[in-house]
Amino acid sequence: MASLCDEKAVAAWEACGSPRRAFEAIVNKHMQDAYYIALGLVGNREDALELSQEAFYRAYKHFDQLKDAKKFFPWFYQILRNLCFSHLRKRRVRRAGSLDEMDGEPPDMRMGDCFDPEMIAERNEAKDRVWKAISQLDEKHREVIVLRHFRTLSYDEMAKVLFCNRGTVTSRLYYARKRLKDILDRESGSSDVASDDEELRKGGQS
Amino acid sequence: MTCQDHKDSMMAYLDNELSDEQKRAFEAHLASCPSCAAEMEAFKKLKRITEGVALVEPEDRLWQQYWGGVYNRIERGIGWVVFSVAGILLLIYGGFTAIEKVIDDPSVSVLLKAGLLALLAGLAILFVSVIRERLYFWSRDRYKDVRR
Repeated sequence: MASLCDEKAVAAWEACGSPRRAFEAIVNKHMQDAYYIALGLVGNREDALELSQEAFYRAYKHFDQLKDAKKFFPWFYQILRNLCFSHLRKRRVRRAGSLDEMDGEPPDMRMGDCFDPEMIAERNEAKDRVWKAISQLDEKHREVIVLRHFRTLSYDEMAKVLFCNRGTVTSRLYYARKRLKDILDRESGSSDVASDDEELRKGGQS
Repeated sequence: MTCQDHKDSMMAYLDNELSDEQKRAFEAHLASCPSCAAEMEAFKKLKRITEGVALVEPEDRLWQQYWGGVYNRIERGIGWVVFSVAGILLLIYGGFTAIEKVIDDPSVSVLLKAGLLALLAGLAILFVSVIRERLYFWSRDRYKDVRR
């Protein structure tokens, strides 16, 4: 995870007549974080690329609204997450519409958000189950899991990015993991996640 | 402290975010509370599982072309703004030229000319009204200076 502070890049932006180069430096610094966070949130490589680039474009367009150079990434993250969640909601509505057309029955919302494990992660059966479970989490729980597990943000960094305090981060992580564990237990039909743990270790060795 | 109070420490312990002193206090609680110890064990297993899932790294080409994708959007955005402004200017110019011709044409009835002028006056009033409303609300917007 790149540092959340962009004072140098933002100062360069403000100092130079043509800010394109300064913004290019900001994009190069944060593109991996943006792409991987979007990938974790929407679960599809093409969409993650599109959404993360669109978020940078919107950040460029509204750069004058950023008043504190230290808060570039938290500010940018809000743009990115709003784009990703709005994309997921549209995708859910589209899917509900197409299912309604097909058989007139309401869609099963527990199915998650069309995550495609083959496209986003090295896979075996246990890893696929984890992705499916993550896709069934609600937005605020999914984002803390993505930020912590796939971008390894510290609690303080997460608090900055999510505009909340450390206590809220801790509490959200607790409930997100509890929910994730419940989903995995329900899917595997066991009382704990030990079997997945075993399988994952085998998968990791192969 | 109750078990509920220790729930907050559970995540921080799991993610190594506790100070040494907090860690010792939490470990002492775990040793004396089988229910929290069992929950902690389940969370540790879950963490091992989620840590085993890694995102696929894209090809280097994606990073090399990434800025190009962002730049294309910026360029196209500017293109659309210029195109829209030019379109609006041409539309206004064309509209005024057409109306001018109609007004100057003696063969067009006075009623049609009066109707056209009324239409223009109505549009101008609507335009001024919208601008005034925007300015009024903008000057009273308490959140316009909120720092982001």
